[in-house]
Amino acid sequence: MTSGVFEFLRGCGRQVVTGGRAYKAWVAFLLLTIAVGLSFYARQASHGLIATNMRDEVSWAFYIGNFTFLVGVAAAAVLLVIPAYVYHWKPIKEVVVLGELLAISALVMCLLFILVDMGRPDRFTHILPLLGTPNWPRSLLTWDALVLNGYLAVNVVLVSYLLFKTYRGEAYDRRIFLPLVLLSIPVSISTHTVTAFLYNGMAARPFWNASILAPRFIASAFCSGPAVMIILFQVLKRTNGLPIKDEAIWKIAELMSYAMFLNLFLLGAELFKEFYSSTEHVLYTQYLWFGIGQHRALVPYAWFSLFCSFTAFVLFLIPRTRRNLVTLNLGCVLIWAGVYIEKGLGLIIPGMTPDTLGQIYEYRPTATEWGTAAAVFGIGFLVFTLLVKIAVPILVGTFRTAENPAGAAPAAPAGFGAH
Amino acid sequence: MTAPRGLPVLPGGADLAPDLRAGPPVDPARRAFMRTAAAGAALSALASCGVSMDDFLRKHFKELSKDELAKVLAKIEKRNKERFGVDTKVTAEGPRPGVEFGYGLDISRCIGCRRCVYACVKENNPSREAPQIHWIRVLEMDKDEGVDIAHAELYYEADAVPRPGKFYFPVQCQQCRNPPCVKVCPTQATWKEPDGIVVVDYDWCIGCRCCMSGCPYGARHFNWATPTLPAAELNPVQHYLGNRPRPKGVVEKCTFCIQRTRKGRYPACVEVCPVGARKFGNLLDPESEIRQVMDRKRVLIFKEELATHPQFYYFYAT
Repeated sequence: MTSGVFEFLRGCGRQVVTGGRAYKAWVAFLLLTIAVGLSFYARQASHGLIATNMRDEVSWAFYIGNFTFLVGVAAAAVLLVIPAYVYHWKPIKEVVVLGELLAISALVMCLLFILVDMGRPDRFTHILPLLGTPNWPRSLLTWDALVLNGYLAVNVVLVSYLLFKTYRGEAYDRRIFLPLVLLSIPVSISTHTVTAFLYNGMAARPFWNASILAPRFIASAFCSGPAVMIILFQVLKRTNGLPIKDEAIWKIAELMSYAMFLNLFLLGAELFKEFYSSTEHVLYTQYLWFGIGQHRALVPYAWFSLFCSFTAFVLFLIPRTRRNLVTLNLGCVLIWAGVYIEKGLGLIIPGMTPDTLGQIYEYRPTATEWGTAAAVFGIGFLVFTLLVKIAVPILVGTFRTAENPAGAAPAAPAGFGAH
Repeated sequence: MTAPRGLPVLPGGADLAPDLRAGPPVDPARRAFMRTAAAGAALSALASCGVSMDDFLRKHFKELSKDELAKVLAKIEKRNKERFGVDTKVTAEGPRPGVEFGYGLDISRCIGCRRCVYACVKENNPSREAPQIHWIRVLEMDKDEGVDIAHAELYYEADAVPRPGKFYFPVQCQQCRNPPCVKVCPTQATWKEPDGIVVVDYDWCIGCRCCMSGCPYGARHFNWATPTLPAAELNPVQHYLGNRPRPKGVVEKCTFCIQRTRKGRYPACVEVCPVGARKFGNLLDPESEIRQVMDRKRVLIFKEELATHPQFYYFYAT
């Protein structure tokens, strides 16, 4: 068994280092992006967070916005897990593994964004049990660390187990597999809920202190995560011959349109409450959508985001545009852009503008922040690329153990209904 | 983007001229000196970071034994000497039994002169510039609007104060009995002491800034860079949980001048106020100034709807 694991790992290593020209160029591009990005981060590491445009007034910004968006991407793997595993729905089951790989990569980026946002990353042990003094259960950040790492662990174990078994041409043990799958569903929902609560619980920030925040997080997550998946499936279908049926893609797009409807409805409910009652708390929402006096930095982004989200909703709602490759992919890009703005700067900045004493500091990210974010995204995309490079040949049956030729016949990829 | 704004850096601290706008622009030579000082500080901080394995393995402040605490304090004094070339006395004097501090601020009397702001800077060793950290911030508000942060100006420039139609509303840490900052801190690096002071251990804070999001009073400030603190302006009488110099990347806040008040002295802001708008004392002592104020006047709580239950009260004496 142990030698089998070593053989598997050696095989994975070979998969990662061999590949076509396009693959090598892509990996080289990612490595270059990471290197350039890290040079920006080095500046921040030596000067401090003053290299960003965050200040006491806006003390969380671009990094935390990216973190929030990516938690949504990670959580959205559940959108694929629920129908695939629980309802044994065939076309989607083939692609669940890829959803989980996306979750792993997104979680790696989430943890890195938290790390680069910390003033003292050298003291991260203080939040750990035994080594430090975590303020658990009172502090939501300790909960967030718990569920994010837990979700990461569940996904890593699940994916490793699935891929290893498929590689060996062996049947999965449902007693190991099913509990993990069932566990991953609530954990995935909880990551995004806990992240929403992190902001939601701050009574000092009326923009966040609304009960609608966590439901909106979930609704928008169910749009952004699958948008990446749809594009990826098409790429893999062309390049690796991954057997993904069009029906699966259309089904995901349909689910996304419902999620986006819910997201837009909740947004409308929020806007109505703020503007109709028009209390002192309306200032933050006003800053986002209309600006306050000459302070209008976010206004164009807010409307652009709404335009993107609404257009994508219409494109995915109408069966004809959902099934047309051009409009389908356009919709994915629009959703990605819309939710990225909404759950990134559009969520964090208005929470802090005006600040708790009514002062307005208009934040925009510095080159250091863009560069550092590029490094984090580069690392996340690299992790995803390498994982996909290993997983896809296993799923399509071209990467199999030499020990067990009987297993070479492709088992039904990644699903416990296979036996 | 609006540039990060700031107030003049006044070299004389509390001895400022009455004309607030006369706060001198920093001259180039001085700026060069500060840069050198900052670079020196950064280097020594780095050096101290590199060698201190015992920092990495250190226990939480509350778990330190007497001997361990003494060692930690001695080490800080040594670091102060290396960083500023000044002999300092760092203590960790604990709370006195039977003492709960309370603070009163008379909005009718405050004239908005900002002497408290600069007395606090002189006493508590915060970063002077880039970032400029002020634990006390005076808001200029409209008499027509009342206490309303939507009509408040922090960076008011006036030839003379008070200005017609305006009143002044200083804000600092309210030392809440139900402090949201303590609740959200993931590492227990900040807590409320038995005498009511909410403190931060600068050696335990990880700089996540959750407390800054949680604080409704903007009372928490972050060292976005290594603090710029000229050696000549260092206050050598220091408390571990108070005014000892801070490293880069951690949060700090008003401590009611813990290094003074635990020795029975007034906070620097109370002492300097030229109009007697600031009152301070032991809430458990019926004869104390703050008790007298609370018995005879009616107090109001800033943002009382958030149920933070501050130990800081505003009142209108006249």
